[in-house]
Amino acid sequence: MSLLANTSALLGKELRTEFRSRELLTTTIVFILIVLVLFSFAFNPTSDESRQFASGLLWLALLFASSLMLQPCFLREQNNDTLSALRLSVSDPFAIFLAKLAANTLFLLLAELLLLPLFAVMYNVPVVPVLHWLLLVFFLASLGISIAGTALSAISAQARMRELLLPLLLLPLLTPILVVSAEVTRSLLDREPFVRWKGIGFIGVFDVVFLTALWLFGEYLLEE
Amino acid sequence: MLKSAVIGAVVVFLVGAAAYGAFYIAPDEKTMHVLYRIFYFHAAAAWAGMTAFFVCFVANLLYVWRRDEKYDAVAISSAEVGLAFITVVLITGPIWAKPAWGIYWTWDARLTSTFVLWLLYISYLLLRTLIEESDRRALLSALFGIFAFIDVPIVFGAIRWWRTQHPAPVIMGGPGSGLDPTMRKVFFFSVLAMHVLMAFLIAERYRLEKLRTDLELVRREAEAT
Repeated sequence: MSLLANTSALLGKELRTEFRSRELLTTTIVFILIVLVLFSFAFNPTSDESRQFASGLLWLALLFASSLMLQPCFLREQNNDTLSALRLSVSDPFAIFLAKLAANTLFLLLAELLLLPLFAVMYNVPVVPVLHWLLLVFFLASLGISIAGTALSAISAQARMRELLLPLLLLPLLTPILVVSAEVTRSLLDREPFVRWKGIGFIGVFDVVFLTALWLFGEYLLEE
Repeated sequence: MLKSAVIGAVVVFLVGAAAYGAFYIAPDEKTMHVLYRIFYFHAAAAWAGMTAFFVCFVANLLYVWRRDEKYDAVAISSAEVGLAFITVVLITGPIWAKPAWGIYWTWDARLTSTFVLWLLYISYLLLRTLIEESDRRALLSALFGIFAFIDVPIVFGAIRWWRTQHPAPVIMGGPGSGLDPTMRKVFFFSVLAMHVLMAFLIAERYRLEKLRTDLELVRREAEAT
């Protein structure tokens, strides 16, 4: 029970820090917006084409954005010298990871939700009829991105060139999420939408595998 | 020194014998004729590379558990050697694919996941160069190595089920698959030769890493006095 109590206290701290400045959310949203607009210049989408590749673009933009957004996750603690205090304050260091990945998932989801209407308008894809399925995919994929990203940002924060390093470590690791989420989203945005359960299950498996790995090895990531 | 020279000679002999088998003993293939002979090199190197990465994964786990520097040395050695073998695979693949399929590269499951695997281990080596302190470097890179290795089957599954010219597995690929008996013998001999070569390279690289850490130790002691 102490794990849950610790996690919720730390999650409160993460959310408070972010919503005081809203730095992360604003920069992430603006970044995704810029990428989506730039894509449209690079490809000049028509309505039929955009059904084909818009979902891929969306996930690529989200992946790039998340590799930037996850950067300050542990860097902030490092710069403010608060990591040791955090570690001392909880009995199980897994709580630190759980809180951070929950916060990151929430931020990513918020950014996705705010951008979805814009994406639908810009790329002319109907999202309303399949909104609930999209939300499920967004949630599971954002969770996966956040689990892997939180773990790796703990690694990259301790290295040189950390700003460049995180995307290099994270993006290849997230290929399964990109491939599967893009495919599932594509079939949802199809003329005759259908749900790919196998894909949704697959993202779920990714989440479980990496969450287990983080649970097993997380404490070593924070060793002094 | 003499020992490694002798072992080196044996390794060269084995690899040479495997090449002889691939070129002269193995029969021609039905559709690709002589062209397929690169297979003995390509697939055997792939197996050896995968084994090297598996060795790296085990060494990573052992390091996290035991915190012994020698596991870190094994991990870096096998990661570098594995990367060399997978690079060979990624180069011989297109050489074979161009005449056989008509294109150098296709985004099929095994090619793409091998490429992602290659990228992951490049990142692993890159990470190692960016952490100064040796204990921290060993621990953090071991943890990244573990995450990367866990990711490999997931990457493969994702690409296989959602992006599908690579032939179906010929060996251990279920009914209908299989090699001609002579081909099989030559292939497994090539696999053996490549594994011996891999083990030899890892051992040599390990020795180098040990010398490097010893040198570092001596230098530090000299600076202290």
